[in-house]
Amino acid sequence: MKNSGENNEPQSNEPAVVIRDLCKSFGRQNVLKGIGLTVAGGETVVVLGRSGTGKSVLLKLLIGLQKADSGSIRIEGQEITTLHFKELNQVRKKIGFLFQQAALYDSLSIEENVAFPLDRHSDLQSAERKERVRALLETVGMEQHGKKLPSQISGGMKKRVGLARALALEPEIMLFDEPTAGLDPITAAEINQLILRLHEKRKITSIVVTHDIRGARTVSHRLVLLNEGSIVAQGTFEELKKNQNPFVAQFLLGNS
Amino acid sequence: MTFYLIVFMVAMAFSGSMAIQSDRFTNPFVTVKNSVIAFFEWIGDLGIFCGRLMRVAFVPPYEGREILRQLEAVGPKSFMLVALAGAATGVVLSLQTRDSLTRMGAGSLLPSVIVTSLITEMGPVITGLMVSGRVGAGIGAELGSMKVTEQIDAMEASAVNPYKFLVWTRVLACVLMLPLLTLAADLFGILGGWAANTLMEPISLRLFIENGFKTVTFNDFFPTTFKTAIFGFIIGSVSSFQGMRTQGGTEGVGRSATSSVVLCSLFIILADVLLVRIIQVLFP
Repeated sequence: MKNSGENNEPQSNEPAVVIRDLCKSFGRQNVLKGIGLTVAGGETVVVLGRSGTGKSVLLKLLIGLQKADSGSIRIEGQEITTLHFKELNQVRKKIGFLFQQAALYDSLSIEENVAFPLDRHSDLQSAERKERVRALLETVGMEQHGKKLPSQISGGMKKRVGLARALALEPEIMLFDEPTAGLDPITAAEINQLILRLHEKRKITSIVVTHDIRGARTVSHRLVLLNEGSIVAQGTFEELKKNQNPFVAQFLLGNS
Repeated sequence: MTFYLIVFMVAMAFSGSMAIQSDRFTNPFVTVKNSVIAFFEWIGDLGIFCGRLMRVAFVPPYEGREILRQLEAVGPKSFMLVALAGAATGVVLSLQTRDSLTRMGAGSLLPSVIVTSLITEMGPVITGLMVSGRVGAGIGAELGSMKVTEQIDAMEASAVNPYKFLVWTRVLACVLMLPLLTLAADLFGILGGWAANTLMEPISLRLFIENGFKTVTFNDFFPTTFKTAIFGFIIGSVSSFQGMRTQGGTEGVGRSATSSVVLCSLFIILADVLLVRIIQVLFP
């Protein structure tokens, strides 16, 4: 792990996320091979790439769910690869994570799912907490379904509730893992609109991992294309379209 | 000797599960060697898991609401099963020992034999095995499915320690509830024994209980009932461990549930061997 006595204290005026030389392997398979990426505050970066290129692993490294083999990750100026559990939890409170299958807790109702982080990390009184949960569910259009269990709602609804839960602690950074995967085009467009509204209202820094080129074009300020563990191209959609790399054109056009 | 017996039995259990996973023929010596290595790796990982559990056990937040939920899931919901198993054991004990005792002219000792057998051994072990089946499989499957659907990752991402919220609450509930469930098994076992006995030779419940408890001392009752708290720890920790290390989708969840039951039952029987000896030494 790269830790040459670097300053772990948060630095002001730094980009929201700075990744340098990030490597991760599972057994003999090198998933990430020295990734470098900087995301400015308030920016929405979409990470594209074929299945198995390490996009989801990248997100899990950013929130400390997996440990990097080497390299550096700075969140709001703070190096997180060397943090202990308690310090890492402080950083995690600044980050919201929408999982691919929403990962709602099966035994809790929709309201309890959204209240889960608030119950543990906020000083809100019971009435204020209930009001916050109601407001969050209203933001994602799920206020009518608060008493239901996750098994009683559809995939698109689960994603909305997952988003409400991720927003509960008012994070400064949002990580989206395939937010539209497995959804019909209309629901996928609604989720993309939610992500856009989120940016407009709260100016949250977002990193979105997706295969959905159309959605990526809608929500992104910048696109990053991963292939075989390395970044092969980055820029706006228009810039990527002009890129000479045959893989970029093949990916954007969906050719085999 | 006991140690070698334990290693052999567990290695056989592991090699059995490996044989199911592998279709091709492998050298039996290699299989046993791999099983023994896998067993020691498993023991090491379980030790690390229990260490992590102990580190979070006595620090806030104490997750009182979740502990209550787990107490209900382990205790009241297992009550009927344990009571029925205890009653059936009491009936069988009565039917099996009655003839032998009568033939030896010791028929009057029947209540005492039933009560002593139930309190010192049958009640605790039957309770442990029943709860292993119901609660152990449930914990293994629930945590396993939470693992494969990223719910445990989501909990960690929310800065909540899953060892505290999911594992410690379940282990504590098992530790607290097993002795109470054992009392229920003992009670219903004695009632079952009395019912079977009274069908053959009518005897009042009061007289049956008076005769039954004549020879029972504090040392017969207290340590043997509370040894089930250790069974509870085994059920909670082993099944949570199996659930938390689940891999491989729904198939993995099934494997975790099965292995939870098998390993909990096995470890309860092995722990009982040691605990009986320890109790005999400490409470002569």
